Amino acid sequence: MTSLANKQPSELLVEMKNVSFSHGNRVILDDINIEIPRGKVTTIMGPSGTGKTTALRLITGQILPSQGDVIVDGLNVPELRRQPLFELRKRMGMMFQTGALFSDLSVYENVAFPLREHTDIPESMIRDIVIMKLQAVGLRGARDLMPSELSGGMSRRVALARTIVLDPMMILYDEPFTGQDPITVGVIMQLIRKLNDSLGLTSVIVSHDVAEVSRISDRLYIISGGKVEASGSPTELENSDSEWVQQFLHGRPDGPAKFHYPACDYAEDLLEI
Amino acid sequence: MNGLLDMIRGIGVKVLNSVRRMGRGHLFIFHTIMSFGIIFKEFSLLMKQLFSVGVLSVQIIAVSGLTVGMVLSLQGYNTLVDFGAEQSLGQMVALSLVREMGPVLTALLFAGRAGSALTAEIGLMKVTEQLPAMEIMAVDPYRKVIAPRFFAGVISMPLLAAIFSAIGVFGGYLVGVELLGVDSGGFWSQMQSKVGLYEDIVNGVIKSIVFGIVVTWIAVFEGFDAVPTTEGVSRATTRTVVNSAFAVLGLDFILTALMFGGA
Repeated sequence: MTSLANKQPSELLVEMKNVSFSHGNRVILDDINIEIPRGKVTTIMGPSGTGKTTALRLITGQILPSQGDVIVDGLNVPELRRQPLFELRKRMGMMFQTGALFSDLSVYENVAFPLREHTDIPESMIRDIVIMKLQAVGLRGARDLMPSELSGGMSRRVALARTIVLDPMMILYDEPFTGQDPITVGVIMQLIRKLNDSLGLTSVIVSHDVAEVSRISDRLYIISGGKVEASGSPTELENSDSEWVQQFLHGRPDGPAKFHYPACDYAEDLLEI
Repeated sequence: MNGLLDMIRGIGVKVLNSVRRMGRGHLFIFHTIMSFGIIFKEFSLLMKQLFSVGVLSVQIIAVSGLTVGMVLSLQGYNTLVDFGAEQSLGQMVALSLVREMGPVLTALLFAGRAGSALTAEIGLMKVTEQLPAMEIMAVDPYRKVIAPRFFAGVISMPLLAAIFSAIGVFGGYLVGVELLGVDSGGFWSQMQSKVGLYEDIVNGVIKSIVFGIVVTWIAVFEGFDAVPTTEGVSRATTRTVVNSAFAVLGLDFILTALMFGGA
């Protein structure tokens, strides 16, 4: 596992230090350490239900860890009160799996929503900003449509435009490729990388689409069973000796992660009357 | 022995869950009331909800009020005529509507029409991640989503109850005077002399305000607290209608005892 410990703290936008999170008796994240460098695309991967989205929700302060620190831009998120947390969130954006567009607002109004809530800029300037952001995601012509008239891919692109409208320092992507056709996946991948580089953002992607994220990520974390199994650049992980990492990256049905749910002996089970 | 322990444990879990839920419900209403400033700051949010919660409920309230008033008049006439007291029909219809039928039936109809819609709408906003998205955008959902709906419900309920009672009285007049031949002067004058402003009308308004608070609280809380799945929203919507009905009927008894019990 490659460490970023030798980097200066200021180069890291997000640090999760010895973070654990439990839901009832179930441990979701168990003493994990994740470092997200500024200006890079970092992906957190892992099988379904391993706590990837939980990690994102800890970064945004939607939930609090059972133990450990979640430091974002020098601020320890679990210790923040509501107002400072909301101030920090204004500098973050999150693209949800479903897009999470407000169903009673048009595309234009959805993108303008954060501007109307957090700024006092005149309507003419709001219009210009919204049109520029929609142009960036290729949907300037769709500004009068309602969310119900959009395809899944278009919804996510509108959500992306809404996410970047306040020029955040970081964007969090929750499963951005799930359920999308190959063209849409390609469009979203290109947008994530292009926006990250051109706007000087930091991007954090949560996904289990290995091939897609490997192509656009600078650094990968693989989580399983609430622990970080491996981390490093896509090339480093591709060459990893870990059987588990190889099974996950190549989608092998059996290996350290078993195909069969634990059960008694098969022959005995069949012969049992 | 184990079965007994399991049963006690099961009861304990249910009690704890209920207490937790009540705690969440009270914190929820506290946050909602503290967000009341939004209705002055963004009046359009309140207006929009007054339309969807109040105006869109007028049809069912009006039709129900008319039929209830007509039935009351018909039943009342058949009873009163035996005693030669059919002149009191207006008084009977008006008091029944203003004191009881208006507030209670309006609240029950409101729970079925607007309450269930509020729960489903807020629950679906949760399912489609609109509420978490709002929080991530540093926008408080209590101010933007919950408070306008809650206060719209509280404002709408007494107005709807007034419409119900007024149309009910008109329905009573149609059947009693126009159909059954009760004297029009007697119908209205008995009503005017026997229905008091404070003891009858104001008490009825107080009832409908209390029902408005409780039914809308239940509706918005159930939506906000719903498990974010299709089944979770469906259950929450059912709970809104059932719990609102229980709350309205229970509170009606308590309020009636307090207002009219000693009279």
